[in-house]
Amino acid sequence: MNGLLHVVVLLLFPPFLLGVIGKTKAWFAGRQGPPLLQPYFDVWKLLHKSAVYSRTTTWVFRAGPVVSLAAILGAGLLVPLGAGRAPLAFGGDVLLFAYLLGLARFFTMVAALDTGSSFEGMGASREAAFSALAEPALFLALAIVCIPADSLCFGAAFAALPWKDWGAAHPEILIAVLVLFCVLLAENSRVPVDDPATHLELTMIHEVMVLDHGGPDLAFIHYGAAVKLFLFAAIVMHLVVPMPAGGALPGVAALCGGTTIVAVAVGVVESSTARLRLARVPQLLIGASVVAGIGLVVLFFRGGR
Amino acid sequence: MTAHHADLLLLVLLMTDLYMVATSRIAACIRTSAVQGLVLALFPLALSSGAAAPQLFHAVLIGGGTLALKALLIPWLLARVLRKVAIRREVEPFVSLHVSLLLGAALVGIAFWLSMHLPTRAGTPALLVPVALATLLIGFLVVVSRKKAITQVVGYLTMENGVFVFGMSLAHEMPFVVELGILLDLLVGVLVFGLVIHHVSAEFDHIDTDALSELKD
Amino acid sequence: MALLVLVLAPAVAGLAALLIKSVRIDLALFLAVCVAHLGVTLGLWFVPPPAPLGTLLALDLPGHLFLTITSVLFFLTALYAVPYVLHATHDPQAAPHLFVPCLSWFLAAMTLVTVSQHLAVMWAGVEATTLASAPLIYFYRRRRALEATWKYLLVCSVGIALALLGTFFLGIATAGLGEAAPALVLEDLKQAAPHMTRPWLKVAFIMALIGYGTKMGLAPLHTWLPDAHSQAPSPVSALLSGALLNCAFLGVLRFYQICLASGDAAFARTLLVLFGFLSLGLAAAFMVGQRDYKRLLAYSSVENMGILAIGVGLGGAATFGAMLHAVNHSLCKAALFLLAGNVLRAYGSTAASDVRGVLRRLPVSGVLLTAGFLAIGGAPPFGPFMSELVIFQSALQGATPGLGVLFVALLAVAFLGLAGVLLPMLQGARPAGVVPGREATLSVASPLVLCVAVLVLGVYVPAPLSEALRKTAALLGGGLG
Repeated sequence: MNGLLHVVVLLLFPPFLLGVIGKTKAWFAGRQGPPLLQPYFDVWKLLHKSAVYSRTTTWVFRAGPVVSLAAILGAGLLVPLGAGRAPLAFGGDVLLFAYLLGLARFFTMVAALDTGSSFEGMGASREAAFSALAEPALFLALAIVCIPADSLCFGAAFAALPWKDWGAAHPEILIAVLVLFCVLLAENSRVPVDDPATHLELTMIHEVMVLDHGGPDLAFIHYGAAVKLFLFAAIVMHLVVPMPAGGALPGVAALCGGTTIVAVAVGVVESSTARLRLARVPQLLIGASVVAGIGLVVLFFRGGR
Repeated sequence: MTAHHADLLLLVLLMTDLYMVATSRIAACIRTSAVQGLVLALFPLALSSGAAAPQLFHAVLIGGGTLALKALLIPWLLARVLRKVAIRREVEPFVSLHVSLLLGAALVGIAFWLSMHLPTRAGTPALLVPVALATLLIGFLVVVSRKKAITQVVGYLTMENGVFVFGMSLAHEMPFVVELGILLDLLVGVLVFGLVIHHVSAEFDHIDTDALSELKD
Repeated sequence: MALLVLVLAPAVAGLAALLIKSVRIDLALFLAVCVAHLGVTLGLWFVPPPAPLGTLLALDLPGHLFLTITSVLFFLTALYAVPYVLHATHDPQAAPHLFVPCLSWFLAAMTLVTVSQHLAVMWAGVEATTLASAPLIYFYRRRRALEATWKYLLVCSVGIALALLGTFFLGIATAGLGEAAPALVLEDLKQAAPHMTRPWLKVAFIMALIGYGTKMGLAPLHTWLPDAHSQAPSPVSALLSGALLNCAFLGVLRFYQICLASGDAAFARTLLVLFGFLSLGLAAAFMVGQRDYKRLLAYSSVENMGILAIGVGLGGAATFGAMLHAVNHSLCKAALFLLAGNVLRAYGSTAASDVRGVLRRLPVSGVLLTAGFLAIGGAPPFGPFMSELVIFQSALQGATPGLGVLFVALLAVAFLGLAGVLLPMLQGARPAGVVPGREATLSVASPLVLCVAVLVLGVYVPAPLSEALRKTAALLGGGLG
């Protein structure tokens, strides 16, 4: 029963977050903005179109979006949504999560390179560089959470979080939240790392990689991006809000509410900051890694006293 | 405000240190210094939570003085000097900002390592010695690795903030007059610094101290 | 009460001088304040010690000694400064209106350093001296003077921040005593010293040595000194070298006294000797072949500060020698800088190669300059010879006689450096472009008094002075054996 609920939420909820972000940005700009359910309509519309494949591409190009979506959905089965364990949880699923996302990213990049176009190649190389820098930040931040729990399983790590006065008594968790939010912005191509609304190819990172996809492939890509955002938001939310006890439904409801709030936060950040110059993005990511490293040092230091 | 909040404030102070080392705009450096002053103003309250009334009053006085001087007056003075003097408002470091950030992180590590060898009495927040030392070292890094004169002054203020954290933990052993004297000294120091920077800018048409190298053997 | 007056009177006078626009009245006011200050300071030697101001201000022997040196120097420099500043009012590049106020505040700050017993108050005084003297260095609005002022401000402020850190570390070192923890007052700290947490005490001394040592001019933290002391106007250089360096040394000595009281002073002595020899060696190396005679004198100050550190670090009779040397060096260096001011006014250049025939052009100054050179170089029958001899003998009898040999060798190198620059300046015919003229009385009176004093001290140290020096040395862990 739990597993079914988990799969249903995982499949149906994520595009709602994209709508929330869009509405938040529109509100800041004084506009009405697209309807909240617009991403669903977009995916539905794309699924009914047919794809056009260039003659210079190979099977890699067609496999890219499919493998990427499959990997992301697989990663989604590892993250607990609500109280309790995820359907495929096991000791070490934190690492598998990170590498499934890496697999998804790899296939997106390879599909982009497969087109033989220089724009897509440029996007792929930028994406590779920035995710290489974001990965240490992700791992260090997750380490801050996993080391006190002595386990590499998401469920066990979240269950071991100290909820009593954690802000002041365990400031390193605050650092983990901050760094994970930064990684969220980087991995999901949000401002200040990348502007999802730009139409200038030279400033794109993620969008330029998927320029040549159309129809169902593009639907898979948009949907996969939504799920990825949802998963990161879920992890951030787990660190901030304790899961209510008493069955799966309250937990899932809390999760949906919490991730919506994270989406609103992303919208706020997107509306209030400008995209960083490309040369400055490594600084932001290295800074995030450094901050996470310091969080680890603080964890050990306070644990030793 | 409980005693745990002291650790939280110290962590925020550490984050501001790292931001100062990584930012490329002088105005952002000055604002970060103001934020540090604000954190330092809240710090005595966190330290003396649950203590007797006279100690709490002392903490409020020192916090107020720190807020007025370090968070408001001194950054305002520096911002004024910056407005009148600087044309290019960018930090010009000797080493790139990426390397500065990594050096800053290394210095934080050294500070934590050093504080393992310095025992503290029970009741002091665990992060006090490492963060104070880290702030001192990062302030020193900023003084040494920046060319523009105003950023050197900001680095000096950061060093003083690190020293001040130590001083705050000794609040009950120092009469309020003395702490106020130290703050006033700092204020006058910044005034004199600002005055000299004015003259440097007027004389040399820039505030790049790297070019101040005529006197040597 | 008397102590508070000693500190506040120059401060108030400075404020008044800031508001009064006439330079002549300012100078007269300053002279009056210096006379009064000197009178009170000397008088305090003969009356019972004045009442301390709570725990913050009190007059103990090392403080009184350094205060007297400061006061004497200020009075004599004020006399010299009268024709100097009046001449400078005609110079478009000079800024005389800040001169008297800053000098007065300088005096007030140094008085505060010497009479304070609370270490944080002493720190505030040292910081105030930096801030008061910085505008003085920038008296002549030249690019080099500005560069020197900036370096002085930045390096000394950073150094003094470390000294404040050391002061706080001392507080933390006593924290383990809980309720009985003393305030940061010298006497209380000396009493609590045996119970202090050792790691904190040691780090506190190291920080204080680095911090106050920067202000004192110990190598390798001396980089600001040659620039600042050479670019400042000559009366200011005299005060900086003669009085301020001593006060910074007093800061180090306070921490040293606490280390002595804790019984753990061996590491402190080693550090003092190490820094002392480093200063001596580096200064001597830079003095040889120096092209600017004011920079030469500045490096000589670094050298002599090194000698002071060595003396105190070696302990025993060498500490007495160091205290005597503090007096000798202050008097001698002040005289030399004032005379250098006369030479600069006559020749218009601080480059040694531009100066020739001082003995002919400025006879009185030339003779005094020769005497000053011999004195600071350590030749008999002048005062510094005696004090350096005491230190040398003590070193030879100590644990490492080699240090004594190294000491004399480095002193010889320094002497050669001095001779190489000053002797050619003194001899020879005066260059064509230099105008002959008379020397103003006031501009040679003070150097004359100072040189005579140095000569007298080389032959005979008056009993009261000797007694005071001996007692001071005893407080610092030494004494005539």
